[in-house]
Amino acid sequence: MASKAQRMPVGLKLATNGFIIFWLIIAAFPFFWTFWGSFKVELDFFSIADWTNALFGPNTETTHGAPFTGAGYEGAWIENEFWRNVLNTFIVCVFVVSISLTMGTLGGYALSRSGFRYVIWLLIIALIFRALPQVTLVAGYMLPFFEWNVWGIIPTAIIVLVAMNQPFTLWMLHSFFQNIPKELDESAKVDGCTQFQAFRHVIIPVMWPGVITTGLFSFLLAYNDFIVTSLLLSESNRTMIPEIAAFLGTTQTEGNVMFAVAAVVSATAPLFVLVMFFQRQIVSGLTAGAVKG
Amino acid sequence: MKHKTFFWFFLPTGLAMFLFIALPIVSVVIQSVYAPHEAVIIEVENCGPFGCTTETTIDQDATAAIREAQPLGRFVGLDIYLDRGHLAVNEIREAWATTESWSAFGDVLFNLPFYRAMAFTLTYVFVCTPALIALGLTIALAVNSLHRHLKGLAIFFSLLPMIVTPLIGSLILFWMIDSRGILGNFISYLADDPDLSLKASTPLMWISLIVYGIWSSAPFAFVVFYAGLQTLPQDQIEAAQIDGATRWEQVRYVVIPHLMPLVTFVALIQIMDNFKVLEPIIGFQAQAHATSLSWIIVNDLGGETRQLSAAATTSVMTIIGVAILLSPVLVRTWRDFQKGGH
Repeated sequence: MASKAQRMPVGLKLATNGFIIFWLIIAAFPFFWTFWGSFKVELDFFSIADWTNALFGPNTETTHGAPFTGAGYEGAWIENEFWRNVLNTFIVCVFVVSISLTMGTLGGYALSRSGFRYVIWLLIIALIFRALPQVTLVAGYMLPFFEWNVWGIIPTAIIVLVAMNQPFTLWMLHSFFQNIPKELDESAKVDGCTQFQAFRHVIIPVMWPGVITTGLFSFLLAYNDFIVTSLLLSESNRTMIPEIAAFLGTTQTEGNVMFAVAAVVSATAPLFVLVMFFQRQIVSGLTAGAVKG
Repeated sequence: MKHKTFFWFFLPTGLAMFLFIALPIVSVVIQSVYAPHEAVIIEVENCGPFGCTTETTIDQDATAAIREAQPLGRFVGLDIYLDRGHLAVNEIREAWATTESWSAFGDVLFNLPFYRAMAFTLTYVFVCTPALIALGLTIALAVNSLHRHLKGLAIFFSLLPMIVTPLIGSLILFWMIDSRGILGNFISYLADDPDLSLKASTPLMWISLIVYGIWSSAPFAFVVFYAGLQTLPQDQIEAAQIDGATRWEQVRYVVIPHLMPLVTFVALIQIMDNFKVLEPIIGFQAQAHATSLSWIIVNDLGGETRQLSAAATTSVMTIIGVAILLSPVLVRTWRDFQKGGH
């Protein structure tokens, strides 16, 4: 209950609300604008004559007979076979999330339950690895991957992404397991369980909230990755993001920018849905590191 | 937990990090002191009816043989670090001796790839980071005063610029600031210059990239500060009010000191993240105006001729840069563990 002293004066209230509206427009408007524009032809979306063309689409109407057209999507998805890249992204994400969570829960659980000194060192090493720019490692992969003939295929990218994801996953899950009382698995061990049985029957049933939060961030890492997938995947195995980067080179010259716009909108849509459903987990995951220190 | 149990639990993740993070670092360091073999050149004398000519050709077999025998290349020590593409020691020494003024020296420096990249990267880091912290804090304070039904909605829209793939986010902004896009149109209308193009001017391109940086990272600062505001001690605020503090003084002397640890946290994370800036440069196609170390690495590795040694050298220099930026975080983490927070 706000006391009278805490209530805002009208002027300040207006200023605050005005600022929020201003920020929300900056944050969200570009996405709506691009979504709207993706159903237009290039002459409308990129209009020199009159910016309102992008709103009402007169050129789109003369070309396609209606102010909206799916031509960009058709060009991207069917003509340029963007669905292959979507499928690749899907495969990469599913495998990266499931493998890195499996490895991360085992490791993070072990770190949280072992009181030995090397735990601190392992965590600090993980922190250093987490801070390394991923792009600095890629030069190290190239020679061996070419030598073993595994460059360019999807499993290679998955393994590399899983490994790069481990430091973050370990930190998140370590601090999460730390909050699960040790007494739970200790008592299971007193009853005769081995450590793994205690983990299997006592910890796994209660760990899902933390695992889901960590999984969301693993998913985002795999989905948003540009460096690994663009440098380690061959042209036929590309995921969405490097394909969009490649579109830029080819479509700009062919006058098919709208294909790239449609592809960008298609790749943003799943993220929208993700934030809509998992907003609370994303916020708690982002703040976990900060509050923990 | 016994050492042995710990070992088996930790093995998969430890092995993955060892094979794909620790070993590549070693490999990158080794590659950075080796250069590719030069082609073996032989001179062939062709004698015909009109006299003899000597031709120099590449001995393909010998070249292939030496490349096969030593796939790493030839050992060159720190040569690659000092060459024109990296620290450019000779060029700098020469410029220092020959140029008359600071600005002429600066021009030479700005034409060397490494220093060009550093100039942009450091500007980007040290403009973006304070700006996004200030913006994030303002948003957090404003959202915190909203009615609770509106808070969720405000957070949803605020998260979007951060969650969206960096390359996609930068493309979306880039299309808007294109001279034919809505913002580009608007800006040239404001400047009253129909030919104004952000893509053609270095300062405008830098500003656009920095605006992108702030736009995409302010939500992170906002979310962290917003969480911090939820744990604000109410009694301190009340005490300040009783003492007659104005609203601004309450923010200045109670709220900001309470959030200070979080400000440090966000600043450290963002300095490290902004140091790796890459996607906006690609999305904005800004390489003619602004580059970064990450961009140089990607540029060397991509394309037809993969220049592994050059890329490896830039990678090592990037790692050193990150290590310098990271050291305060490491000291802090170490101290936390010592305090028994573990």
